[in-house]
Amino acid sequence: MPLLEIRKLSLSFGGLRAIDMIDLTVEADEIVGLIGPNGAGKTTLFNCVTGIVPPTSGEILYRGESLTGLRPDQVAAKGVSRTFQNIRLFREMTVLENVMVGGHCRMRAGVAGAIFRPKAVIKEEEGLAAKALELLRFVGLEQKEDLWARQLPYGDQRRLEIARAMAGDPSLLLLDEPACGMNPQETNALMELIHLIRKRGITVLLIEHQMKMVMGISDRLVVLDHGIKIAEGTPEAVRADPAVIGAYLGKESIGAQTG
Amino acid sequence: MLVQQLINGLTLGSVYALIALGYTMVYGIIELINFAHGEIYMLGAYMGIITFGLLTTLHLTFPTSGAALLIMMVMAMLFCGACGITIERLAYRPLRGASRLAPLISALGVSIFLQNFVMLAQGPRDKGFPHLFAGEGIDLFGSRISAIQMFIMATSVLMMAALQLLVHRTKIGKAMRATAQDMQMASLVGIDVDRVISATFLIGSALAGVAGIMVGMYYGLINFFIGYIAGIKAFTAAVLGGIGNIPGAMLGGLLLGLIEALGAGYISSEYKDVFAFAILVLVLIFRPSGLLGKDISRRV
Amino acid sequence: MPTPRLSITLIQRPFPRIVLTSLWFGLLSLPLMMELKAPFFGLERPLLVSAGVAMAGLMRLAVSQRGGPGAERVQRMVGSIGGAVRHLTEQIDRRVIYVVAVASAVVIPLSLNRYHIDILTQVGIYVTLALGLNIVVGLAGLLDLGYVAFYAVGAYTYGLLSTRVGLSFWEVLPLGALLAAIFGILLGIPVLRLRGDYLAIVTLGFGEMIRITLNNWDSVTRGPNGILGIARPRLLGFTFSSPIDYYYLILVIVLLTIFVVDRLNQSRIGRAWTAMRDDEVAAEAMGINLMKAKLLAFGLGATWAGLAGVFFAAKMTFISPESFTFFESVIILCMVVLGGMGSVLGVILGASMLVILPEMMRQFALYRMLIFGGAMVVMMVLRPQGLIASSRRGIALGPKDRQGSASAAVTSPQKMG
Repeated sequence: MPLLEIRKLSLSFGGLRAIDMIDLTVEADEIVGLIGPNGAGKTTLFNCVTGIVPPTSGEILYRGESLTGLRPDQVAAKGVSRTFQNIRLFREMTVLENVMVGGHCRMRAGVAGAIFRPKAVIKEEEGLAAKALELLRFVGLEQKEDLWARQLPYGDQRRLEIARAMAGDPSLLLLDEPACGMNPQETNALMELIHLIRKRGITVLLIEHQMKMVMGISDRLVVLDHGIKIAEGTPEAVRADPAVIGAYLGKESIGAQTG
Repeated sequence: MLVQQLINGLTLGSVYALIALGYTMVYGIIELINFAHGEIYMLGAYMGIITFGLLTTLHLTFPTSGAALLIMMVMAMLFCGACGITIERLAYRPLRGASRLAPLISALGVSIFLQNFVMLAQGPRDKGFPHLFAGEGIDLFGSRISAIQMFIMATSVLMMAALQLLVHRTKIGKAMRATAQDMQMASLVGIDVDRVISATFLIGSALAGVAGIMVGMYYGLINFFIGYIAGIKAFTAAVLGGIGNIPGAMLGGLLLGLIEALGAGYISSEYKDVFAFAILVLVLIFRPSGLLGKDISRRV
Repeated sequence: MPTPRLSITLIQRPFPRIVLTSLWFGLLSLPLMMELKAPFFGLERPLLVSAGVAMAGLMRLAVSQRGGPGAERVQRMVGSIGGAVRHLTEQIDRRVIYVVAVASAVVIPLSLNRYHIDILTQVGIYVTLALGLNIVVGLAGLLDLGYVAFYAVGAYTYGLLSTRVGLSFWEVLPLGALLAAIFGILLGIPVLRLRGDYLAIVTLGFGEMIRITLNNWDSVTRGPNGILGIARPRLLGFTFSSPIDYYYLILVIVLLTIFVVDRLNQSRIGRAWTAMRDDEVAAEAMGINLMKAKLLAFGLGATWAGLAGVFFAAKMTFISPESFTFFESVIILCMVVLGGMGSVLGVILGASMLVILPEMMRQFALYRMLIFGGAMVVMMVLRPQGLIASSRRGIALGPKDRQGSASAAVTSPQKMG
């Protein structure tokens, strides 16, 4: 059974079809890249999967269970987590707290627990904090846990988003342009990080514009254009696909971007 | 009885509509509930009295009271417009891009400040509004439309028509519509967004100023507190019609006026003010986008 | 680009800018402040306004000349004071501070007269209210402008149950809190789905509806006349009657409130609220059930208003709708905003300031709301986090324990490059 299976997914805003009859499967332990020109519907697809925007039609199955119609928090609880293209950190919270919020759905303490703070709750909090610190080290943000999230430089904010998304113990991680705005060294470190994320048993589906990165890291690529899937396959196959070259022509060819 | 209630309702409704326009225009562009808008309306009413006082002190006499009224309205529009622009510049513009809560609290602060400023400067007691209409009005199906009522309705219709022309036929109107759709995009194509926002506050506040004068004439008494309830009702009207939607605000205002008049006439006048709130809550629950508004979808 | 107009070049220079701005404000205040019958038509008043604005402008200029934009500098100044207070409280063992604070709260009033004790009791009521509202506004970021309605629910619950049914204060105290919470949740269910600014106006409307109902439902609430002769609390044969009795009673309630609100703040729930306040979409994507979190905030916020209401009714032994106007809501909100949204210490400071300062400056009583309104704007523009900014920490444990858990993580088997 594939980890994520999207069947004939469509979403229209008014008359505009933002995504149109998209089929997509992601197997466990894969790294799948989702590419396409601006406005191709990539982020919209993420929004549908994570429940932020309900699709007009079609189905989203996660481990065989339907995600369609679930709220974002329910999707997160199932084990699908994400980052945002336009970084959406909790700016008025510390770095550590941001990650701890990511673990919210894995905890149970309620009002009584918060007020009376029994042993179990303290243990839960300590466990979460330890996990958050470990994740911060994992993404390369050690020693920065007490800073405000808004104080971090851009690249660090992207990494913090990844740590936050991982705190909910996801099986599937959706990364929306994680390398956006990063310099080459940061991008290389990020590629390394994504490999390590996979080693932890987390499947990664990522949107990316930096072709060098997405080609280098993905097992498989899916190409969207104007809401339609126009190609799918290994990076080599996609690069040679005339439909893909056509979609990118007029802007820059893929060769130019990888070059 | 029914016809009379309808007339009263339409009169009040057209005033609500004028005030609601200010809410809706501002909301359409910067997505802020301008709590101070009701106070602008109150300022308009005061400006009317003050101008009238000035005219009589200076012994300027006019062939008709209509000319005095015109001067009062122009002064109120100028004054309220200036206040609107100043408030935006001072209390809202620095907060653009801050959290959603900050401009709301700031707006509330402005509202309270203005209320108390007027109370201190003009005294807490009711002020009588000059009687400028001697007209008897006309009889209609056994009910009476007073001259003031006719004047209010006619002025409102005129103002709304002028606004429609301004929004659809002029350059600044075009810029306003563009900014309402997408502020970032508008500034990219060279629209001075700050100026558009100022213009929006100017126009909305000027309309509220006119509304203030008309209500002052209608009830004959004003005080520093009238902006509060009128503000909430006009906001309800804006929501009822679909916030951000200009024809919606007009429709919402008229509807609210009618509902209130009928409710007060047939159900209970003590709970008159509750009707507006009840409508607000019902609309927000069942049709938050209002009668003419589009669905508000979240942007990610 | 066309050549800049004269007005624009003028307004960009500091001094002409100040002059023009001050004249502008003078002009705006002129019609409202002038008096045709006064000598010089009362023109000195708008001139005074102009002078005030010019002073403020010059001060700002002076500050900005000495480095950094004015707003930032002022903010830094206030921030360093708030930071110093916080630093101080962090240096010393917290428990020592708590003991000293509680001890002085217990002992100091013994030396005060009835009038001062009454003021302190009022501070206590407002601290309770403001801390409750702080949950809703400061932590969860939901603007509730009808908070006083829940206060009224608490007060009328005791007023009615005491005079009609004969229930005692201690029986009604939890009941009033519970009822207020239920009201909060009932109001919350339909409106919390809406965007924040709608919520503000609906809660405002709700507050008015409650007040109007209290005013008009004569058969139950006795309308504007209010309810008289509400029983004083009794405990083991002792009847609370003198101001100091009530003071100690509210002190206990305040301590309970501080304890609970602080615990909530430093918990998973408090974290969820703050996250939701910062970014709803991201919070939901991280697994926070927004509806549940908001209802919780609304309900728990209303609880304290209910509690304070019951106490208020017992203290005054008389309640009427007049005590529950929109302005009461605004004042409580002002306490939260000025003190520091989300910060328990800040809110306590805000509440104390806003009760005590007007008492100390009786001659300015008329200007009270004017100043509050202006302060809200200035605060939002210059320092939106309030006098004492909230400081959030990772976990509610001391720094020592943090080190421990950090080292535990180092040795954890999951360690990766």
